[in-house]
Amino acid sequence: MTIIAENPIKAVAPPSQVQQKVIASLQKRHRKERLFRSLGLSAVLISLALVAVLFVNIFAKGMPAFWQSAITLDIYFDPKIIKVEEKPVQQAGESDNDFRQRDLAWQTQLGFINFNRLITDSLQQILPDASKHRRDLARVVTSGERFALRDMVVADPSIIGQTRTLHLLTDANIDVWLKGNIDRSLPDEQQQLSPKMREWVDKLAADGVITSRFSLALFMNPDSRSSLASAGLAGAFMGSFYMMLVVILLAVPMGVAAAIYLEEFAPRNRITDLVEVNINNLAAVPSIVFGLLGASVLIGWFNLPMSAPIVGGLVLSLMTLPTVIIATRSTLKAIPPSIRQAALGLGASKMQAIFHHVLPLAIPGILTGAILGVAQALGETAPLLLIGMKSFVASVPASPFEQATALPVQIYLWQGNELRNFFEARTSAAIIVLLMMMLSLNGLAIWLRKKYEKRW
Amino acid sequence: MSNLSLIVVLLMLLAMGYQFGTRRSRNVATVNPNLRMHSRPHHYGMMVGLWAVLPAFMLLLLWLWLSPAVINAMLVSALPADIASQSAEQLRVVLQRINNLASNFGVVADAEQWELNAAEQLNQLKANSAIVLTALIAVIAAVGMLLSLQKITPLLKARHQVEKVVKALLVLCSAVAILTTIGIVLSMVGETMKFFSYISPTDFFFGTTWNPRFSTVGVGEQGSFGLVPLLSGTMLISAIAMLVAIPLGLMVAVYLAEYAPYRLRNIAKPVIEVLAGIPTIVYGFFALVTVGPFLRDLGNAVGLSINATSALTAGVVMGIMIIPFISSLSDDIITQVPKSMRDGSLGLGATKSETVLKVVLPAALPGIVGAVLLAASRAIGETMIVVLAAGNSPALTANPFEAVSTVTVTIVNQLTGDNDFSSPQSLVAFALGLTLFVITLLLNVMALVIVRKYREQYE
Repeated sequence: MTIIAENPIKAVAPPSQVQQKVIASLQKRHRKERLFRSLGLSAVLISLALVAVLFVNIFAKGMPAFWQSAITLDIYFDPKIIKVEEKPVQQAGESDNDFRQRDLAWQTQLGFINFNRLITDSLQQILPDASKHRRDLARVVTSGERFALRDMVVADPSIIGQTRTLHLLTDANIDVWLKGNIDRSLPDEQQQLSPKMREWVDKLAADGVITSRFSLALFMNPDSRSSLASAGLAGAFMGSFYMMLVVILLAVPMGVAAAIYLEEFAPRNRITDLVEVNINNLAAVPSIVFGLLGASVLIGWFNLPMSAPIVGGLVLSLMTLPTVIIATRSTLKAIPPSIRQAALGLGASKMQAIFHHVLPLAIPGILTGAILGVAQALGETAPLLLIGMKSFVASVPASPFEQATALPVQIYLWQGNELRNFFEARTSAAIIVLLMMMLSLNGLAIWLRKKYEKRW
Repeated sequence: MSNLSLIVVLLMLLAMGYQFGTRRSRNVATVNPNLRMHSRPHHYGMMVGLWAVLPAFMLLLLWLWLSPAVINAMLVSALPADIASQSAEQLRVVLQRINNLASNFGVVADAEQWELNAAEQLNQLKANSAIVLTALIAVIAAVGMLLSLQKITPLLKARHQVEKVVKALLVLCSAVAILTTIGIVLSMVGETMKFFSYISPTDFFFGTTWNPRFSTVGVGEQGSFGLVPLLSGTMLISAIAMLVAIPLGLMVAVYLAEYAPYRLRNIAKPVIEVLAGIPTIVYGFFALVTVGPFLRDLGNAVGLSINATSALTAGVVMGIMIIPFISSLSDDIITQVPKSMRDGSLGLGATKSETVLKVVLPAALPGIVGAVLLAASRAIGETMIVVLAAGNSPALTANPFEAVSTVTVTIVNQLTGDNDFSSPQSLVAFALGLTLFVITLLLNVMALVIVRKYREQYE
């Protein structure tokens, strides 16, 4: 070390025994210092590396799932197959109800049509030996796409008799095969695809008929069990959206109101002390306990519907409430008393001083706390499992009272799917969506804090 | 009218009352130019609005609460005598059937004439109830609005009235936090008592096997509900998590607080705190598909047999999750240690690490212990990581390489959205939940007390 080198004693005379001891121990102590310091640095680096590993891992697994194998086919909407009457049009003098009945009847008629024939007919054009392998042929395109074709006809019946070039999602197993997520050298009986299928798929992929395309299905479709390749997050997304709506409408105003009372009005006594300890505790109660509360009180006593976003939202609101209260209180605490005193001095009532002067100044801090609370609620899974949101829901909920799942629960459900080599990527993709939402919420909170932060 | 539209109407009434009130107060003010109004116009408006809406709203709540019971009683009194005299349980079934008939819910097969009559009557009663409610609310709102409009004079202290209502609202909101705690305790104690009527508390708390049979009602053999293996699994995983998190978290805190240059600290602190914001299901998935197989392969390489889903996997990942809890809390506490103590130590010739180890850390110790306790309570209550990565096998083992089960995992397994809380198999979830609640509560209270004491010491 530099200190030792510059030590003048060393230059003048040979160091005494005591000095030698000191120098030796100093070297030892400095070694220890360096060791300690590098230990600290490595702890920081390890922690940063862990963050990196986590994100890189999830992203590497999940990004490919945003692109899915799709087959480009010329679909001829054959009038011989789609035999329906003309789409009903509301006539003058016809009541809304009658028209709706006729329209429904027409759609029911459409429901009986085998749209899969359109797909297989089109496939037969490009696969010469297809007629011998009809079962395989029906499995090339994932089964959800026939409903997409039906919806096209419903939207525009004039399409019947025309030919359209469409990109249809292939079966999940084909996607797995093409992405190399399954060992190609496995023997036939362990393969998910028949030998004929594999031969077709490789040929079609080489011809550019099957390509990897950005998949909107992941975002637009609800969950599905029959058509795995088109299983999507739309239902879970809406479920989470309704729950966050409930949290924003309930937890945030109530938390702010409670914080205002406790910070500004409540007398300092035993009871408010108890309330304070209680709120701090509530913030640290395991989330699963709130799930138990929801299961026994909301579902058991109040008979609210199972698996509904409204119940999930209520549970998450109770869970978020302490977070919002604590954040709001610390923001209120940071606002200098001179503001209150000035307002009071000009004759404002206490209520006016707080609502007209203190609260507006506190809004950025309150918003930050509220956003962080909502982000926390968005990622919560365990309590939702206990109130029945674990059930499979294949539709997008239209109101907070219908059955639904949530994004984190959807992740839980997908990670347990049997088709592991397809759903591992899809689950990671769902995680990426969830993480992106949470990161943007957190980013928003940080931005708000930076933008409006005031030092008094 | 439906309840929702009633509430919308009430909101409209509030707006109307506000308008009328402000206008009326301005009129009063122009009529009496010598007298100063006590409150501002919007206070009068708000007061009129509240007088119109609040009593009516309370009536609505009261009605919603009481009317089902009244309607049921009226329905029962109109039933044929032999049916009305049945036991309460049978009566409930009858009423359910009638309800279904009345709302056309499902097809109730072979409904008898008296049932159809009753359903008809039920619909009639409900319709009447809605009409009476609407009328009553209309009357009360009108009376409230007119009377309060009449009362507006320069001397009326409208602001005081409005502020009282607002304050009551604030108190009500603070009470929710207390009510939540009370709700948690009451509901869990209630269900736990029910559970203890099947299984004795000693068998639960000291039983060493966990093997609840599937719920079969009325069968003598109930399976064994021993808490010990679950608790030991929880403790094992938490201990591993703390072994990972304490050294890392503490060293991060020390380095960032004492050594790190400003720029590194500014970057590293928020990035590490990102770990705390990641949903636990993500950690669970990470443990399941990445860390578990990695540890298994690592074990194979050195000749150890490690399960992919084991206490070790869950513990390590949980430790990663907890690092920021320990690091940021300890960081705050270390920076709170007064600078004079550091300067004194450095002035006596101690190196920086000696200062940290012998002066700063001992001074910060209570706070750090508090942080560690908080982190431990987080680890014990953590659910999704262990659900996915601990292997779910309730065996009494101290081997971290084996699969275990925990209290939280078992709660999820026993109560996955089944709202039939009558079998001990689902009731046990509440007993487990209560145990968990008490353990974490003790840890939290201890941590809070320690941290608070520490704060006072240096403030």
